[in-house]
Amino acid sequence: MWNAKDIPLFPAVGAAMLRFAPLTPLSMAGAHLVKTLIRRHPSLFSRLGEQADKVFLIDPTDLPFAFRLQPHLEAPTLEAVRREDAGLWDARIGGPLAALLGLVHGVYDGDALFFSRDLVIEGDTEAVLALRNAIDNEEIDLASEIAALFGPFEHVAATPARKVSSAVGHFFGVALTRENENHA
Amino acid sequence: MSARGKKLELVCPAGTPAAFRAAIDAGAHTVYCGFNDETNARNFPGLNFSTEELATSVAYAHKKGAHALVAINTFPRAGAVELWHKRVDDAAKVGADAVILADIGLLDYASKKHPNLRLHLSVQAAAANADAISFYARAFGVKRVVLPRVLTVQEIAAVNRDIEIETEVFIFGGLCVMAEGRCSLSSYATGKSPNMNGACSPASHVEYREEDDELVSRLGGFAIHRVGAKEAAPYPTLCKGCFEAGEYKGHVFEDPSSLDAGALIPQLAEAGVTALKIEGRQRSRSYTEAVVRNFRKAVDDYAAGRPVVGGALRDLTEGQTTTAGSYRKTWR
Ligand code: SF4
Repeated sequence: MWNAKDIPLFPAVGAAMLRFAPLTPLSMAGAHLVKTLIRRHPSLFSRLGEQADKVFLIDPTDLPFAFRLQPHLEAPTLEAVRREDAGLWDARIGGPLAALLGLVHGVYDGDALFFSRDLVIEGDTEAVLALRNAIDNEEIDLASEIAALFGPFEHVAATPARKVSSAVGHFFGVALTRENENHA
Repeated sequence: MSARGKKLELVCPAGTPAAFRAAIDAGAHTVYCGFNDETNARNFPGLNFSTEELATSVAYAHKKGAHALVAINTFPRAGAVELWHKRVDDAAKVGADAVILADIGLLDYASKKHPNLRLHLSVQAAAANADAISFYARAFGVKRVVLPRVLTVQEIAAVNRDIEIETEVFIFGGLCVMAEGRCSLSSYATGKSPNMNGACSPASHVEYREEDDELVSRLGGFAIHRVGAKEAAPYPTLCKGCFEAGEYKGHVFEDPSSLDAGALIPQLAEAGVTALKIEGRQRSRSYTEAVVRNFRKAVDDYAAGRPVVGGALRDLTEGQTTTAGSYRKTWR
């Protein structure tokens, strides 16, 4: 049983180093990731409905940058931005990186994180709920999604991606692989 | 007669097909869910089931030896009753084990059009005494009533002595303090009725904003809470709003606290209850998995004569505090 108060923060030293890191490679990887996700999880869109046209600011509060997400079906984007350059957004979802990753991966409950104030939402609440519910239904395995970024070499990338996700998950105290789940 | 060793049925929520599978895999005897429209009382964005998703989920439940119930528990709007009729037909078509209904007209339709479809009376019908419940049983063949969250354990026992159908009671989750199906607080603030449009405090009318270290929640433009940086945040429902009335400032209707009656499982069984219901179709599959697993252990412990231990789920609840609700009324 997880405890909302146990959510770890990204190490301050690492965050300070990232302050000066260029964001373009992260944005390129993000764009690729979100396109792959949408290709692999088309039902995300039926759940998002008209909320897919909204702009979300995904804001890991322990990192020195945030992400602008536009899950638009035709041209999805996930762009890393400095907070001061975030521009206009419809909805903001803020919290420690581990909380946001855990939400995507389905190990945390969004309402419980909201009650405990580990998660902050602002702006268009309808859009936030639609996104959260749509993602929760997809049973996203971050290791598989990362492996899928390698296209035809997905099977080669699968094992290292799982190992990296496992190490990152261990670091954050959040399970990021779903090896133990079986709905057969 | 002692109820010791009685096997209670655990009825668990699912807002998505993934949560439905998570509930079954965590040990739910029965899962309840609704269609993705205003026919159910959790009509939230991104939530609920298409007819195809429901068919797959019902099949999954049956394959695992569990049951699937479909809540069609809002009240049909005048001139739009066809949608509610269609949803009853859809639930029957996909093999749902029962439909959970509140409206008399809809109960009448379902009992005539689908005489073999089992009917449960929703908590939304607010049937809180033996006469009302027996009327639904006689008139429409209702087999189970979900009791409103306003009764004490003693009152539940009294009802069970005088009726011939099963009772289901809430054991865990968010509290709706009004006699269900009759609250209009959210309608006043938003113009949308929880009882007909299917959402109390619809997300389209909710706004959160961080103002000077406080989280301010607004519903339909009205500020209903201000909570400090370290305080637990509640749902944006008016019944749990914080208001000033004369000298008093605080929760005028009810504190933001959630129901956890796990410790009362033996008493509820003794009172003749058949099934225990977990609230939370709007919650994630992580919540579903954790709560269902916890309560499945509790009902198995009770059936095996072991002590029932409750209270492990506080971090998942609104206000991060729990109450036994009306089951233990100390103020009477
Ligand atoms: S305002 Fe409170 S009591 Fe009324 S319907 Fe909403 S949750 Fe229930």
